[in-house]
Amino acid sequence: MLSLLSPVETPFHRLPAGTKLLALCLFTALLVVIRAPLPLLLPLGLVAALYLWGGGWRFARHGLRLMRPILPFVVLVAAWHFYSGNPRLGAAIALRLVTGVAAANLFTMTTRLSDIVAVIERLAAPLARFGLPPRALGLAVALVIRFIPVMAERVARLTEAWRARSARRAGWHIVLPATLGALDDAEQVAEALRARGDVR
Amino acid sequence: MERKLAYVALFAALIAILTIVPAVTLPIGVPITAQSLGIMLAGAVLGARLGFLAVALYVALGLLGLPIFSGGTGGFGVLAGPTGGFIIGFPVAAFVTGLVVEKLRAPVGVATFVGSILGGIVVLYILGIAGLVVNAGMETKVATVAMLPFVPGDLVKAVLAAFLAQGLAKARPQGLLSRA
Repeated sequence: MLSLLSPVETPFHRLPAGTKLLALCLFTALLVVIRAPLPLLLPLGLVAALYLWGGGWRFARHGLRLMRPILPFVVLVAAWHFYSGNPRLGAAIALRLVTGVAAANLFTMTTRLSDIVAVIERLAAPLARFGLPPRALGLAVALVIRFIPVMAERVARLTEAWRARSARRAGWHIVLPATLGALDDAEQVAEALRARGDVR
Repeated sequence: MERKLAYVALFAALIAILTIVPAVTLPIGVPITAQSLGIMLAGAVLGARLGFLAVALYVALGLLGLPIFSGGTGGFGVLAGPTGGFIIGFPVAAFVTGLVVEKLRAPVGVATFVGSILGGIVVLYILGIAGLVVNAGMETKVATVAMLPFVPGDLVKAVLAAFLAQGLAKARPQGLLSRA
């Protein structure tokens, strides 16, 4: 579950992550440069077409669902600018937001995390001279992903234990034991890494 | 090296959990997520540099597609939304908080409180509001006013962070890397 990757297969899934990332960066840069609202309809249409062509209605619906959180904000911003007498600016910003987020989500939905991490590792390789060990990055990412479910489980157990003894909401009371658990886990992970001996 | 890596990675995971576990609602009706609390703690516990790395790792993973931002969102798209500036600001906030806890000659609790306000509120809101100005085309004044309702909740979180840091210093003194 811990992934936004779309189960619906599209041709984009097969493209290399680096290429997609570059395309996304160029596309977003283009969005920023276009000022007027009407020309912005073209990139929006392009993105919508890519969604539909890539995975049909099912894929497009997933995309729309991923967009839901920002829609209230887009409406709010557009309304704000309309009321302050700037309808063109409002429309341009709304279009840019929707198009930008949709394009970014298209990348997120069609690229496996491991592929993205591989690209990041390659990009970060020149930083090795500044003291960033190349292997450490991939390892750190793997650790975070591996431990998120562990911590979720711990928080669930702490909440249960709290609810067994109090009618109040658990809320912030669990942060201390959860953090203590995280720190203790970190010490154990450090031991394990030392034992493996290949962090550098 | 291994210890730093483990601490950074696990704190990033902790922040992810604190963010996606359901929010607490204040009596006056404002919802609080523990996300900024996690950011403040990252700086207070890990110090400036490691705190920055932990939060940067969290942000990077969220941007790369893990649904670990508030509301279970993720992906590069969030940078274009209302929280874009805040997301960029998180690692900086942790750095400032950590710097204060490291350098301020005061008990950990006090230093965390001061650091959380400087980093988790002042610096974070500056960057968050800048993000709103850029993304929404609002004037700075309007964006600032729009963000004011969230400040009381974050002040509460700064106090909480102070208590938590103090508790951690007692329970795991060697775990408090900022005051090692």
